[in-house]
Amino acid sequence: MLQTTVVVLASFAYLGLLFAIAFYGDKRAESGRSLIANPYIYSLSLAVYCTTWTFYGSVGRAASTGIGFLPIYLGPTLMVALWWFVMRKIIRISKANRITSIADFIASRYGKSQLLGGLVTIIAVIGVVPYIALQLKAVSSSFTLLVQYPSVVAEKASSVPVLGDTTLAIAIMLAAFTIFFGARQLDVTERHEGMVAAIAFESVVKLLAFIAVGIFVTYGLYDGFSDLFSHARQLPDFNALITLGSGMSYGAWASLTCLSMLSIMLLPRQFQIAVVENVNEAHLRKATWLFPLYLLAINVFVLPIAVGGMIHFPDGSVDADTFVLTLPMAHQQQALALFAFIGGLSAATGMVIVETIALSTMVCNDLVMPLLLRIRRLRLAEQNDLSFWLLSIRRAAIVFVMLLGYAYFRLAGEAYALVSIGLISFAAVAQFAPILLGGIFWKEGTRAGAIAGLLAGFLVWSYTLLLPSFAKSGWLAIGFLENGLWDIALLKPQELFGLTGLDEISHCMFWSMLFNVGLYIGISLVGRQSAAEHSQATLFVDVFKNTVDAPGSRFWRGSASLPELFALAQRFLGPSRAERAFAAYARKRGLKSHQELKPDAALVSQVEMLLAGAIGAASARVVVSSVVKEEPLDLQEVMSIVEESSQAIAYGRKLEQKSRELETATANLTAANERLKELDRLKDDFISTVTHELRTPLTSIRAFSEILRDNPALDIAERSRFLGIVVKESERLTRLINQVLDAAKIESGNAEWKSERVDLAELIEEAILATAQVFTDKNLRVSADLPASTPSITADRDRLMQVLLNLLSNAGKFCQPDTGVVEVSLKVELNTICVGVRDNGLGIAIEDQTVIFEKFRQGGDTLTDKPQGTGLGLSICRQILSHFEGKLWVESVPGHGAAFFFSLPLAAGEPGKSSPVGE
Amino acid sequence: MKPSVRGQRLIAAFLFGCLAFDYPILALFNHEGTVYGIPMLFVYIFGVWLLLIVVMAIIIEMPD
Amino acid sequence: MSKKVLIAEDEESILVSLEFLMRSDGYLVRAIRQGDQVLLSVGDFQPDLVLLDVMLPSCNGFDLCKQMRANTEWTGMKIIIISAKGRASEVQRGLDSGADAYVTKPFATSELRALVGQLIQ
Repeated sequence: MLQTTVVVLASFAYLGLLFAIAFYGDKRAESGRSLIANPYIYSLSLAVYCTTWTFYGSVGRAASTGIGFLPIYLGPTLMVALWWFVMRKIIRISKANRITSIADFIASRYGKSQLLGGLVTIIAVIGVVPYIALQLKAVSSSFTLLVQYPSVVAEKASSVPVLGDTTLAIAIMLAAFTIFFGARQLDVTERHEGMVAAIAFESVVKLLAFIAVGIFVTYGLYDGFSDLFSHARQLPDFNALITLGSGMSYGAWASLTCLSMLSIMLLPRQFQIAVVENVNEAHLRKATWLFPLYLLAINVFVLPIAVGGMIHFPDGSVDADTFVLTLPMAHQQQALALFAFIGGLSAATGMVIVETIALSTMVCNDLVMPLLLRIRRLRLAEQNDLSFWLLSIRRAAIVFVMLLGYAYFRLAGEAYALVSIGLISFAAVAQFAPILLGGIFWKEGTRAGAIAGLLAGFLVWSYTLLLPSFAKSGWLAIGFLENGLWDIALLKPQELFGLTGLDEISHCMFWSMLFNVGLYIGISLVGRQSAAEHSQATLFVDVFKNTVDAPGSRFWRGSASLPELFALAQRFLGPSRAERAFAAYARKRGLKSHQELKPDAALVSQVEMLLAGAIGAASARVVVSSVVKEEPLDLQEVMSIVEESSQAIAYGRKLEQKSRELETATANLTAANERLKELDRLKDDFISTVTHELRTPLTSIRAFSEILRDNPALDIAERSRFLGIVVKESERLTRLINQVLDAAKIESGNAEWKSERVDLAELIEEAILATAQVFTDKNLRVSADLPASTPSITADRDRLMQVLLNLLSNAGKFCQPDTGVVEVSLKVELNTICVGVRDNGLGIAIEDQTVIFEKFRQGGDTLTDKPQGTGLGLSICRQILSHFEGKLWVESVPGHGAAFFFSLPLAAGEPGKSSPVGE
Repeated sequence: MKPSVRGQRLIAAFLFGCLAFDYPILALFNHEGTVYGIPMLFVYIFGVWLLLIVVMAIIIEMPD
Repeated sequence: MSKKVLIAEDEESILVSLEFLMRSDGYLVRAIRQGDQVLLSVGDFQPDLVLLDVMLPSCNGFDLCKQMRANTEWTGMKIIIISAKGRASEVQRGLDSGADAYVTKPFATSELRALVGQLIQ
């Protein structure tokens, strides 16, 4: 069954399946129904951590160091507990700043430093490419082994020509996959949903395959764990396998735990999956326990398979790294062996794909693009559409990384440098830890400190770990390892400065971290940050405070034109993507189209962020500065911004109090304003009514004047009738004007009030005399019922006369001629004096009894004849009386006449005092 | 549960894990004995590991 | 046959002047003083034109105008609103309610006569 063709077909069928899944994932993403937007896929995709180094290598390590393989998985489990603080922050920062790789992250934190971005990229490539080679090697050797079935001993492979090498074919397919699903188009978020879906699927396959082999060994070959371990007791060094101390020291155990804690975040592929491909920050929660659970599940059977293999192949002829394959093969389990091979293949391909995407993004954005942009001869910055360039570079970088891996695999072969690369790789990326973790929790870290620390750590790592591994592979003279550089014993790479007693990993970690952290902190504290560094540091460390703001906009001053910015975005994103991104941003701002956008600082940083997605933060900054006439902020200015805000907090309390006071004042003002508005409205109404009242007599006067002018032939009777109307209406107009002025005078408080002794009875008689003409004209009867003597009051005689005349003439007006009777009465009550004027006219409707005292309101429709009047009389009367602290009211039953009454206080009071202009 | 409380519990879980997986606590179980025929250290590490995962799951899944 | 004009005006002296003007131009005139008589009189008198004061007792001239316009039998009838209210918004309201013209008080008699003549001859 396990002929070459079958294995090859199975391999390619499996890769085909990956293509299908990734394709489906991308389709779903395009239609907006994301396949990967759930925490389970996220947790599974994180398991890209488990490579062939886990799948095959863990068993190998277990066979030599027993449980010493476990720290690699315990470290991540512990670290995940801290992700709530660390990873959540990294994700938040990355989303806010459109970070696309770990190099981008570090470069961005330290003032968008291209140098730092490039350095991180180089270290990552050097540290990680061999790791890719290791995966290819695992695929290659497992393939070779499998097709030799039933033999389980790998023959020393007769060298395969490059062209006939299945591994190359697989590498090429993986490159194609990576280009297709990782660099098909430029995406500002740099997320690849299809790829993530495929990776999650691979995680399931490798887990199932490994557990299947584990169950086969534990329960198929033996009768469970205890049976397996009791058989294992016959092994010569069994006790060393199940305890710590002989195979591995506690110190090495602890340092490996620490190392893997860092690696789970810092390996480019982990950063890619955990941060860049993260769909939703909330997915981190489930991953916090699901991912460790995955690690536990894939490790339960490692030791059983290892001891099973050691029992079964006691002579050591079979490499322990291959037990996962060779145990099923030795027991003729062909299907299981093929499944195990596919599991190993999935572990390898998953790692290779993600690592290649991550590295190629870094190489393109942080290494190649910045360099190309600097070469003026290429005039790249002036090109109209750079999206083609970017994609080409990205794709070329993928092929380059993949070929580099393959070449290293072909060259290194079985060399120590390749076999031990797992931990060496971990130690390389661990050099990012101080500047990354320091960068998100410590604001003072400077660019210079970061570069110095990283460079020192990298050099120490190279000297104490990388070069010795080359030496052990025979690529360098071994003498330098045994005697030290230039035969100086203190410079022995793995006993640096005479330090002995540590394993090589712990040794490297100690020295590299000492120099790395020491220089980073030391130089940061000695030097000063530039404004740009300071602003980025604040953005990163305070990300949870700032994420609602447009990042960076606070610290940008600059001027640019909208067409320039748009053209820039078009160059790097391509026209249609730029159009969409700008339109989306305009919509977010509540504008109809991007034409309405203002090229302000917020837009500049938005464009910078868009470009950061395509070409990395550092390059984006350079490119954007080329169109933005940026006025750089110096540190002093930034500090003053920061200080202003901290002062603002200090005065917050005072401010709050002030604002409360302000609120009260505002409320008062609003109320006052309302009152003013109301007064204004009343004034408007008043003017409108007055003009209306003026227009009415004026209309008659004008009409009749014109009639008289135009009709000279009118007979004398009609002529005098019309002239009479004109005169009457003129009088009405005069009266109206006087009364309006009078009312206005009283109302404004400018009226002059006299204060004198008034005998009301005498005044009433006078008033009746004055109005006698009206009553005799209509043949009305007037009677006055006045007591013999009345106490006098203090008031303005003329004003009171005005009131009496008004009431009497009103009464006269409303009485029927001939039968009308008007009665005037005067009564002295406890301390008031009360005057009544009663008529037997038609009376006043109930609903009109209050409105008649308002200006220009007349009791209307119950009267057949409209009364002659201005509508101001009663209103003025009431105001006069209230000035003397008196009252005016009416009592009437419609049809039975009306009685108007007013009352005034007796002389004891001093009415003058309430008057603003009293004597 | 307040986020800060959740964070503190996770830190406690982390510290517990560090303690349980390292010298000297680890040394207490570092001997050749067995539990139901399975090596002591193997049982101990996987047991604590599982416990840690359960604890983290409880902390993280506890409703706000 | 001479045209008929209905005058609705509560101000006696203005009513007299309007009545005189219309009569001397040879129209058949009926004068009313109350708002609630307007619709009855229109149905009864079948005028060719109504001179309508806005501020009539018991009725609002704008509403009356609308009601007259709502009756399809009277579509040929012209309506002139005469009002002392001269603000633009009020003029607009008058025209919106269906009046053919809006005249503010005080008016020039010659212009009013010309307008009436224009509308019904």
